[in-house]
Amino acid sequence: HLTTSLPLPSERDHLRPRIDLIVFMIDIKSKYSLKNVEASLAHLDASFFLGKVCFLVTGVGRVNFCSVEMNAIWKLGEAYCSPVLFCELELEGIRIATAQRLLRMLQICAGHIPGVSALSFGTLMRNTADD
Amino acid sequence: MDETVAEYIRRTVLKIPRDEIKAMLQKWGFLSEEQLETVNFHQIKDNISQDVVQLCEENSADIKQAAVLDMIYNHIYSNKRTWSVYQMSKRGEDTEVFDLTDFKKKFKRRLRSDLKNVTINFKEYEDNAIWIRIAWGTPYKKPNQYKTSYVVYHSQTPYVFISASVLKSNMPLLCQALVVASNYHDIREMELRSHSLNSLKDIVFKKYSQNFQSYYPRPLQERNVAPETDLRIVEENRSEKERIQRLTREAFGDGPQPKLEFAQYKLETMFKSDPTMDVLDKKEPFRCLVKFSSPHLLESLKSLAPMGMADAPLSPLLTCIPQKARNYFKIREKKGLLPGSFLSP
Repeated sequence: HLTTSLPLPSERDHLRPRIDLIVFMIDIKSKYSLKNVEASLAHLDASFFLGKVCFLVTGVGRVNFCSVEMNAIWKLGEAYCSPVLFCELELEGIRIATAQRLLRMLQICAGHIPGVSALSFGTLMRNTADD
Repeated sequence: MDETVAEYIRRTVLKIPRDEIKAMLQKWGFLSEEQLETVNFHQIKDNISQDVVQLCEENSADIKQAAVLDMIYNHIYSNKRTWSVYQMSKRGEDTEVFDLTDFKKKFKRRLRSDLKNVTINFKEYEDNAIWIRIAWGTPYKKPNQYKTSYVVYHSQTPYVFISASVLKSNMPLLCQALVVASNYHDIREMELRSHSLNSLKDIVFKKYSQNFQSYYPRPLQERNVAPETDLRIVEENRSEKERIQRLTREAFGDGPQPKLEFAQYKLETMFKSDPTMDVLDKKEPFRCLVKFSSPHLLESLKSLAPMGMADAPLSPLLTCIPQKARNYFKIREKKGLLPGSFLSP
């Protein structure tokens, strides 16, 4: 399900399946996209932040066009206890690899991988990022 | 043939892309077909230009004929120059029919009466456009053929498009000559500039697609349904997307936008801050210049909201550009009780 902001329109509540993973996409070239994500985060129920949220920063290939500070992104990840992934959508290889990563995370968050919970995985991701 | 003319022709030919040279020379018509057949247009441009100069030497070209070639080049590659728009005004009704010969005579006479050394060329095109090429000199120097001004005048309209040379001092002379020759009273520069002459014409002649205040029924299915990418993707915010599309269409219309490269906003407004900050103790307007530039400004503005990079509706300061026929603005404080800002001419 794609959307440009939260909260989701209530008209479609009955059509929506259970939500297992929320990926907030931030375009590093657009301050507007960061603002949008920050505004949407406020609408999200706290229970999602136990491993079911991640931030995906796109557009990192074009260094000259970075508008969003890396500090702001790290702070966001810390504040919401969620992992931050980076990718460049314009390169097919990276796009596919990122999609595979997200799919793996989704499998964990949906409970399809026995022995690994969303929370434990999220903690694992955050601990390795700190190294 | 004069050395300077030879050099001028050589340099003009060098400007033309190699594949276009033959066609442009044919259009020029100064060299005969037989002469053009003798030139190898596949060699390097340097050699082509030498061959062409040689042939022009045989035909004894003078500067006026060389200027015609320059005009043809600038007509096709008008986007290499920056064009400004001027509007002429008359007192009262115009009952005179436009006479081209009369216009040309008056223009030359007026210009030459102020400045002896000028080269003036005229060329008329099918769309009622009169192109004028002027090379400026001084009382002591011959006209500089490399610093030329171009004027495009549509006789059925009060608009003149001018691509001036560096010599700003010649502008008043040029404007005077235009006003006198066309039987107008006054001329003023509009705040509209671009590299695309055709786009400027579209804007002032109102030929771009405007947003009419008509009722838009639900869009026809064939037009609006994008090919369904994947049924597994669900768009939660379709109504928001549609709202953005509607607002964008209302602001910009459906068709292609005129091509402008800049929009410039000169701010002369008061700096508004927390009174305790006391940043500026002098109550002077804060001077600031905001410039938007893009290879195609209006198309990029049109795509901002649909691409999720800005809120819709966009600021009217941006969307009013074609309607107001200007891309240079001055924003001043609104005088009165309410603080704010307004656009001034």
